[in-house]
Amino acid sequence: MYAFNYHRAKSVDEAVKLQKSASEGSFLAGGHTLIPTMKQRLAKPSDVIDISGLKELQGISVAGGTVTIGAATRHGDVANSPEVKKAIPALADLAGHIGDPQVRNRGTIGGSLANNDPAADYPAAVLGLGATVHTNKRAIEADKYFKGLFETALEQGEVITKVTFPVAEKAAYMKFPNPASRYALVGVFVAKTKGGVRVAVTGAGPGVFRSADMEKALGASFEADAVASIKVSSKNLNSDIHASADYRAHLVTVMAKRAVAKANS
Amino acid sequence: MAASGIGVSVRRVEDFRFLTGRGNYTDDINRPNQLHAHILRSPHAHAKIKKIDASKALKGPGVAAVFTGADIEKDQIGGLPCGWLVTDRNGQPMVEPPHPVLVADRTRHVGDQVAVVIAETRAQARDAAELVKIDYDEQVATVGLADATKKGAPLVWDQAPGNICYDWALGDSAVVDAAFKTAAKVAKVDIVNNRLIPNAMEPRAAIGDYDLAKGNYNLYTTSQNPHVIRLLMSAYVLKVSEHKVRVYSPDVGGGFGSKIYHYAEEAIVCWASRKLGRPVKWTADRSESFMSDAHGRDHLTKAEIALDAGGKFLAMRVVTVANMGAYLSTFAPCIPTYLYALLLAGTYTTPAIFCEVKAIFTHTVPVDAYRGAGRPEATYVVERLVDEAARVTGLDVAEIRRRNFIPRDAFPYQTPVVVQYDSGDYQSTLEIALKTADYSGFAARRAESAKRGKLRGLGLSTYIEACGIAPSAVVGSVGARAGLYESGLVRVHPTGSVTILTGSHSHGQGHETTFAQLAAERLGVDFDKIEVVHGDTDKIPFGMGTYGSRSLAVGGSALVKAMDKIIAKGKKIAAHLLEAAEADIEFKDGTFSIAGTDKKKTLAEISGAAYVPHNYPINELEPGLEEQAFYDPTNFTFPGGCHVAEIEIDRDTGVVQLVSFVAVDDVGRVINPMIVEGQVHGGVAQGMGQALLEGCVYDQKTGQLVTGSYMDYTMPRASDLPTLKVSTHNTLCTHNPLGVKGVGEVGAIGSPAAIMNAVHNAVAPFGVTHVEMPATPERVWRALQSAPKAAE
Ligand SMILES: Cc1cc2nc3c(=O)[nH]c(=O)nc-3n(C[C@H](O)[C@H](O)[C@H](O)COP(=O)(O)OP(=O)(O)OC[C@H]3O[C@@H](n4cnc5c(N)ncnc54)[C@H](O)[C@@H]3O)c2cc1C
Repeated sequence: MYAFNYHRAKSVDEAVKLQKSASEGSFLAGGHTLIPTMKQRLAKPSDVIDISGLKELQGISVAGGTVTIGAATRHGDVANSPEVKKAIPALADLAGHIGDPQVRNRGTIGGSLANNDPAADYPAAVLGLGATVHTNKRAIEADKYFKGLFETALEQGEVITKVTFPVAEKAAYMKFPNPASRYALVGVFVAKTKGGVRVAVTGAGPGVFRSADMEKALGASFEADAVASIKVSSKNLNSDIHASADYRAHLVTVMAKRAVAKANS
Repeated sequence: MAASGIGVSVRRVEDFRFLTGRGNYTDDINRPNQLHAHILRSPHAHAKIKKIDASKALKGPGVAAVFTGADIEKDQIGGLPCGWLVTDRNGQPMVEPPHPVLVADRTRHVGDQVAVVIAETRAQARDAAELVKIDYDEQVATVGLADATKKGAPLVWDQAPGNICYDWALGDSAVVDAAFKTAAKVAKVDIVNNRLIPNAMEPRAAIGDYDLAKGNYNLYTTSQNPHVIRLLMSAYVLKVSEHKVRVYSPDVGGGFGSKIYHYAEEAIVCWASRKLGRPVKWTADRSESFMSDAHGRDHLTKAEIALDAGGKFLAMRVVTVANMGAYLSTFAPCIPTYLYALLLAGTYTTPAIFCEVKAIFTHTVPVDAYRGAGRPEATYVVERLVDEAARVTGLDVAEIRRRNFIPRDAFPYQTPVVVQYDSGDYQSTLEIALKTADYSGFAARRAESAKRGKLRGLGLSTYIEACGIAPSAVVGSVGARAGLYESGLVRVHPTGSVTILTGSHSHGQGHETTFAQLAAERLGVDFDKIEVVHGDTDKIPFGMGTYGSRSLAVGGSALVKAMDKIIAKGKKIAAHLLEAAEADIEFKDGTFSIAGTDKKKTLAEISGAAYVPHNYPINELEPGLEEQAFYDPTNFTFPGGCHVAEIEIDRDTGVVQLVSFVAVDDVGRVINPMIVEGQVHGGVAQGMGQALLEGCVYDQKTGQLVTGSYMDYTMPRASDLPTLKVSTHNTLCTHNPLGVKGVGEVGAIGSPAAIMNAVHNAVAPFGVTHVEMPATPERVWRALQSAPKAAE
């Protein structure tokens, strides 16, 4: 790790100001992505601006068919929240399968979405449920938020403040963990929502994506069998020592099937 | 039996300090005024070093020095020695290249040590390391074992054409060939013993502290065998007198073999400490461990077995290519030869065996012993062959084993591969294991799994292993450049409490408990009055350390010898005090008495008399009660056993889950059943890792270590294991005083084969006959995808 200046921001506004005045300022939430990269000397921020304690970024609430989660809410709090468990059990379930207890006790939803790791879990829920990412500047629809490998719609000086999830009629997430890291080798989130069926796939490609074919098939019949013969193309999928693109494509179908079965159970 | 004696599950005395953070590991130690070293490692698998410019780094804050291979050469620091010379099939010595502690002109694996930066803090050393400019001329690397011997493959060493370190063979090929000609059936396997990265919980660390006042070197290090390090480092590397070097290995957080070897960093910190006049500390981070600790396994093997019409094994032929990595680590050459080929008889009566082993250099981290060392590799070959033999003959996997076991009454049993087994009861072990595993109920369980869409498989491994490698003269005759005895010293204090000093080293095994139990039993001393000391060359007699499951069989035997000397001397003192003939004195439960009378003296009274010799046979006997012994075993010990694994495969994903595991091991006499069970648990976890999860991957072109962190190298987790059913069925070792055999490695030796046999059993209905180890989800899925049959 290189030396850096540490700031504990008192508000989102102050955090943004601090970042602006730094030569290279990084927000710090749970630190479970930022700190490992700094330790490996891959990230070299001049200033680290801690936003993890900000009140305005905390908390979970459910009202009017919407689950609202503050950006600095930890994975473990989402996993164990009775409100989330009741409103969107699939979301609590997903959060409960991120990393290990240490990671869940520190990592936050805002950090996960800002980072947009192609193998992260939350992006599948955000895209799969058609959630909205709120920032200090605007509200961004899920479909416009994710821009591929570690890329998002966030601009310089933009802080995620909360995420709002519409409650779905049915939803489920199935994750095939990378055997070593336990990130998602393939994760599929299916949701039957007011606006139709949504299927979001994480881990398999360079970023989270929707499967139109699966959505169409499930729109006609929300049954596991409906997706059993639908295969996503392996053309743009990831390939590494844990899984070839072909195998990932196959796993997308298997996980989708299982997610639908779980959503129906 | 004493309350805390042999056979009692005494709670481990070590655990309080380990579990409450009071252990004292090398990195916990800080010497006054110490500096910190950072090793600059090669980012390339193979490169020429054109130029190193440290001028900027030297100006960095807190930097004390930057040393390179040129400084090492200038100071005539020697290379790391290899402790075993293998002679090839033509009587020629192996190719033994130099192994400099800092390379001067060429790097030979990613992680090879190129320079050391020493500064006031660890962070400053690391910062300055980035300022060292190294001009590399990258060369094509030889990475994969399969390609290393091909024509045109880049040479790791010019003196090793074809990258061959040695081409070794054991056995009579003509006899084996003849047997194959008469065979009714032949079974073959073509298998990979996957390369593993050790991953002890504690990374390696070393502090060199040169004492200017006395001219002594003090080395604190994470070693399994401090005396071996002292000998190698003083005699071959630093070239200083051995009595001026102290090596201290305090608590060590796991070794699994990877901390046997003398590593460059140990010599670097000592040498640098002398040069700089200050202590120098180095602690590896995890990424460094991945690319600088010696790896394990890494064999390619083609093997076949000839059978008669009744399924009896007639002969076996094994051809293995073994990876040495870029340099010869301390014991590397003996692992795929004397710790491998000598085990190929397994638990069977196979009369003729021929084995060829080519050891190969590649541009990868050196490969050496890792828990099991050679024996898991051999077991995997033999036990996979046996299952293949069952398949081609149509015999049940248990039945074919029964037909070929060495019978219980055939011991001592001379195998065709040099070694002579002393004891064993293989068939009973098998039957107990089958019963425990409910072998007869397997078909029903398989059907039940099928209902859930799972493929169930059961696999056996009736393995043999060899511990306490010995005797010294024999291992010396086959190339060992060391003896393989152990030392022990027993000090009875004036008030009767006891300190035991052992040349063995405990790095998780619990010697402080087990060895104290030996003394509690033999000397009748309260367990609480016994202290076990190890790991300090200034305190303990020259010892060979801990590896190869040797500590109890060899180190424990040395302690028994020393205790017997204490008892013999005690009898003399007691005879004097009790005014009796020495021959009439008996010793039992800590008390010397005149046989048949109630006249007696406790051990404490005897030691009191020995240290305060007022009434003492001073003319015949020296005062004091302290005895030392060295024990050189007359043979290996041969633990064995039967492991039964049951796995389920998720048909859709290929995921293999171990659902049941039974181990019935023969480890000789059990001193502490709880520790034995714990050792088997840990070993099985590692064996499961080898079978299903772990595999070191290098980029085959660039030689970059792809599995360089836990993001990509899959370690076993608790959730990967079922509750293990572990028990023993023991026959005693016939040639050591305790009858013990060793338990440190059996779990890792027997289990990979059992698990892989279970995987093959599960996919057999589809006509799949080969799944590579580790049986990762994609491999299993692919095997099923391309299966010849649809099954059922
Ligand atoms: C061992 C381990 C295992 C893991 N396993 C998984 C897993 O299985 N699945 C998974 O999904 N993730 C996994 N993670 C990642 C984990 O979920 C991280 O916590 C998460 O990706 C980042 O969240 P954070 O709060 O820790 O962010 P930080 O590390 O603090 O920040 C990450 C990035 O986001 C930025 N940032 C943080 N908060 C905001 C905000 N509110 N607005 C704008 N930018 C912000 C930071 O500036 C930084 O660039 C794992 C991590 C570890 C260490």
